Amino acid sequence: MLCLNNVKWKAEDGAEILKGIDFEIEPGKLTVVTGPNGSGKTSLAKVISGVEQATEGSINLDGVELIDKDITERARLGVAYAFQQPVRFKGITVRDLIELAQGSKIEEVDVCSLMSKVGLCTNDYIDREVNDSLSGGEIKRIEIATVLARNNAKVMLFDEPEAGIDLWSFNGLVEAFQELKKNKDMILIVISHQERLLEIADNIVVIADGKVRIAGPGDEILPQLMQDEKAVACPVEKENN
Amino acid sequence: MDKITESLLKLVSDWDDDVYNGAYNIRENGGCAGRQSTDNIKIEPKEGGKGIDIYIKEGTKDEKVYIPACISKSNVEDLVYNDFHVGENADVTIVAGCGVHTDDEEGSSHNGIHRFFVGKNARVLYEEKHVGTGEGGGKRSIDPVTDCQLEEGAVLEMNTQQLSGVDHSIRTTTGKLEKNAKLIIHESILTEGDQYAKTDFEVDMVGEDSAVDLISRSVAKDDSYQEYHSKIKGESRCIGHSECDAILVGNGKVNAAPELFAGDLDASLIHEAAIGKVAGEQILKLKTLGLSDEEAEKRIIDGFLNA
Ligand SMILES: Nc1ncnc2c1ncn2[C@@H]1O[C@H](COP(=O)(O)OP(=O)(O)OP(=O)(O)O)[C@@H](O)[C@H]1O
Ligand SMILES: [Mg+2]
Repeated sequence: MLCLNNVKWKAEDGAEILKGIDFEIEPGKLTVVTGPNGSGKTSLAKVISGVEQATEGSINLDGVELIDKDITERARLGVAYAFQQPVRFKGITVRDLIELAQGSKIEEVDVCSLMSKVGLCTNDYIDREVNDSLSGGEIKRIEIATVLARNNAKVMLFDEPEAGIDLWSFNGLVEAFQELKKNKDMILIVISHQERLLEIADNIVVIADGKVRIAGPGDEILPQLMQDEKAVACPVEKENN
Repeated sequence: MDKITESLLKLVSDWDDDVYNGAYNIRENGGCAGRQSTDNIKIEPKEGGKGIDIYIKEGTKDEKVYIPACISKSNVEDLVYNDFHVGENADVTIVAGCGVHTDDEEGSSHNGIHRFFVGKNARVLYEEKHVGTGEGGGKRSIDPVTDCQLEEGAVLEMNTQQLSGVDHSIRTTTGKLEKNAKLIIHESILTEGDQYAKTDFEVDMVGEDSAVDLISRSVAKDDSYQEYHSKIKGESRCIGHSECDAILVGNGKVNAAPELFAGDLDASLIHEAAIGKVAGEQILKLKTLGLSDEEAEKRIIDGFLNA
């Protein structure tokens, strides 16, 4: 169980971006976090993974408080995070990155199954550098693979995995998520605007203006979202009224 | 050959089990510690032990020649002249490494002057690693001077690496390219402590459709200082590209001064340069995979230098 309690985060410039987030996420379920651009979804993912340090609140993973732990410690405790904007490296190959993610040398068969999950052909990519020569969609898939490769992961956080990915591969990705949630111990969080992902979500959390606007089972929340897109699109106005 | 030389050979070339597969010449403390020619590759000493001439027969394919030079003690000042005569249509690999070891406060230096005469349509892959080892404050210097004359259609690809422990290095490379000739240089240099390294390239593309690709990667750590100067001259329809990327760690300093000269309307010359510290987001990403700060930085730098 991943429990967030009153999680706040102020950016360096002093602006309060996360304004007290509370939710609980169960393992073995797909939780989709959605909400308008700039509402704080990526900030939330960063604060969970430790890439940014929350300024207040509690983040508890299976009874372990993460809030004071740094990125490395959280990673070793099982937090895995696929960035919205993947990072490029000169001189580090796809294989290197996957092996770093997995924490050991990777066997050829495992590379193949991993790469096919993200829709890439192993032979074409495994020895390529994760540098500027990769297209946006290619690097995004490799980023996703670095999370799928994590052996010790208890929490997998994907930040807009659909972005830049073609339709064909996206179907494969949806399958990969469905596969992942069969693992009854896995806390699976996908940040997304994609209807397909919202449709298969067990739970949906809607973030707006740094707060949880609504949260609950997918089949309850999704109709509300569809019906009243404005609830999400103009959260601030609505609040002020 | 002493044990230190053997361990240096392992670091700078694929030396194992006391043997090289192919022609070789091992230079140890200014003398010859072993030499072998093959049917296609003849190695002949120059007068007075000042160096060697390496003759590679026309059309020689898939052979390797090793010419490592090692210094295993202090107070050696080695100056050597090596000339490579590569026959037409040959396709060979030359492995040249240099290691300098000192264990006291006295220094040693190796100064290798190499000239490449690469014949028509010949291809050469040249691999070179430099390393300094040992204790004490003695200065270990390696100052290579390389001149490349590439005839029509010749291709010379040089991969040079300065690994660590070299206190002082000035690398001077010049070249002249005839029609369709191609020179590709990948260099990587690591400096630490108060080491100094300077790279100076000057390449002249005189022949039509000749091409130069110069890629330099450097990491300057601690209080070390590196200078990079390249001058690419295009005197006909040709393509020149140089890329200088440097990472600074601690108080490292880098001065990069690339120069392009186009003497022909159809010369196409590009230079890219970037200097900065290890990108913060790269460290963050590797930390999210479970690496510590130090591990992440090391991994990024190792990859960068070996790219
Ligand atoms: N380091 C920072 N400094 C200042 N402001 C920041 C910083 N990081 C994020 N913000 C701001 O916080 C808000 C939330 O950003 P965040 O990236 O979390 O949004 P998001 O919900 O992920 O949006 P999107 O759907 O576009 O990805 C935005 O207004 C953004 O400009
Ligand atoms: Mg975002």
